[in-house]
Amino acid sequence: MALLTVQDLSLGYDGHTIVEGLNFTVNAGDYLCIIGENGSGKTTLMKTLLGLKEAIKGQIEIGDGLKRNEIGYLPQQTIVQKDFPASVREIVLSGCQSRCGLRPFYSKEEKKLAEDNMKRMGIEALAKRCYRDLSGGQQQRVLLARALCATRKILLLDEPVSGLDPKVTAEMYSLIANLNKEGIAIIMISHDIAAAVRYASHILHIGTSVFYGTRDAYLESEVGMFFMKQQEGGEA
Amino acid sequence: MFDKLALYLQYPFVRYALIVGVLIALCSSLLGVTLVLKRFSFIGDGLSHVAFGAMAIAAVLKVTNDMFLILPITIISAVLLLRTGQNAKIKGDAAIAMISVGALAFGYLIMNLFPISSNVSGDVCTTLFGSTSILTLSKNEVWLCVVLSVLVVIIFILFYNKIFAVTFDEDFAQATGTKANAYNLMIAVIIAVIIVLAMNLVGSLLISALVIFPALSAMRLFNSFKSVTICSAVLSVICALSGILISILAGTPVGSTIVAVDVVAFGLCYAAGIIKGRKK
Ligand SMILES: Nc1ncnc2c1ncn2[C@@H]1O[C@H](COP(=O)(O)OP(=O)(O)OP(=O)(O)O)[C@@H](O)[C@H]1O
Ligand SMILES: [Mg+2]
Repeated sequence: MALLTVQDLSLGYDGHTIVEGLNFTVNAGDYLCIIGENGSGKTTLMKTLLGLKEAIKGQIEIGDGLKRNEIGYLPQQTIVQKDFPASVREIVLSGCQSRCGLRPFYSKEEKKLAEDNMKRMGIEALAKRCYRDLSGGQQQRVLLARALCATRKILLLDEPVSGLDPKVTAEMYSLIANLNKEGIAIIMISHDIAAAVRYASHILHIGTSVFYGTRDAYLESEVGMFFMKQQEGGEA
Repeated sequence: MFDKLALYLQYPFVRYALIVGVLIALCSSLLGVTLVLKRFSFIGDGLSHVAFGAMAIAAVLKVTNDMFLILPITIISAVLLLRTGQNAKIKGDAAIAMISVGALAFGYLIMNLFPISSNVSGDVCTTLFGSTSILTLSKNEVWLCVVLSVLVVIIFILFYNKIFAVTFDEDFAQATGTKANAYNLMIAVIIAVIIVLAMNLVGSLLISALVIFPALSAMRLFNSFKSVTICSAVLSVICALSGILISILAGTPVGSTIVAVDVVAFGLCYAAGIIKGRKK
């Protein structure tokens, strides 16, 4: 059984449909890239998958022993966080919250897990620094470390590289690719079709026409060829 | 001066005022950081006006212990305000402005229509600015204040990590299986309790100051949520204590003296923050 099975899903706000007829599955170890233009409904899809908002129609099934509180999430950044007085360690540790249930304080193992994930992201030296004083790239790593505290199985990333310079973007991609090799399924929203095609195993393209399939199938499909050509044209 | 202070401290009502003042200052500062960061500070403001309206009703109905009427009304309003704040369709701030100004107007109207004493403007002034009410608390009220504040502090400590998670990033908390809405509700209820408590100390118009100033001051100086929370609690207690003592010695109104001390403390922290920033 797949980690995530989506059947005939329609998304939107207040009964107004933005995307309809989505069907896809995510298995353990998959790397799914969601691409589409601004406003096509990618973030909406992710929020629906996370249960933050209701779907208009259709089903999202969670399987393969995955529980609701075992999902890691890297949001598109919000404004409130910008002037928040919180140290990196506090933020990463808050990723363990879902394991606590009603228990009020973090256990030794959870503190250890937070330390390990900070090391994994190469931010252990920043542990005592204030989140708001970090660079965009460092902030993304902190949030990724937090997401890793929440899951061992599946990560949902909403534009993890937006606003990062090319070097840091490449580092971020390779970090994510490594996590995927360690067996964590990835669902990533991205505007970078070239990178999506390079790293992903599956691609979901939403917009006027919806495509879901493996990376190779995408490259041969009409939508895929059209967008690849467009991007080459843009870069030339 | 110390003689005078020692003399005053012999009176039980002065000791009560100090105990209750410190406890209220402590719990009102705890959630200040959350309030400021979640952009909830306007809810605090709105609620204090609701509490004023409720107090007017309680006074007219001659309820013996008015807390038992004010507390539920304020809690219900807190829950309602939180709901409208989350609802994208009704503009949150507009709803709050409506409720708070409406409550203020009705409160004043009721007090004028059914005057409880000949000095209506004096009564209004007392509820708005607290004047001497902290010094006139009965033993029962003191106990109620003590119990409620201790409860608030205990709940805050037990749920500290969850409050942090929900304050920092509600979506993430919710997405990973923390019941963010339940905790938001809890925060709103605690805010309501704090506001009703703080009304005794500084009166309903100055409550926001008591809640927000220590948090803003602490945010100038510290970088982690824990240190900001501890610092704002300490600051708030020191300010309340010195404010009460100054007001006793100088004969100034308690509420405004405490808030004035809070403002001075904020000025000092602001300056210290700038100096600290330069050194880096
Ligand atoms: N809270 C909301 N209420 C109503 N409509 C919304 C809301 N949030 C987004 N929308 C609308 O839903 C559509 C999809 O938005 P969404 O944020 O999912 O796009 P996106 O694909 O993530 O875009 P981007 O690439 O810019 O992040 C947009 O047309 C947007 O205007
Ligand atoms: Mg988006």
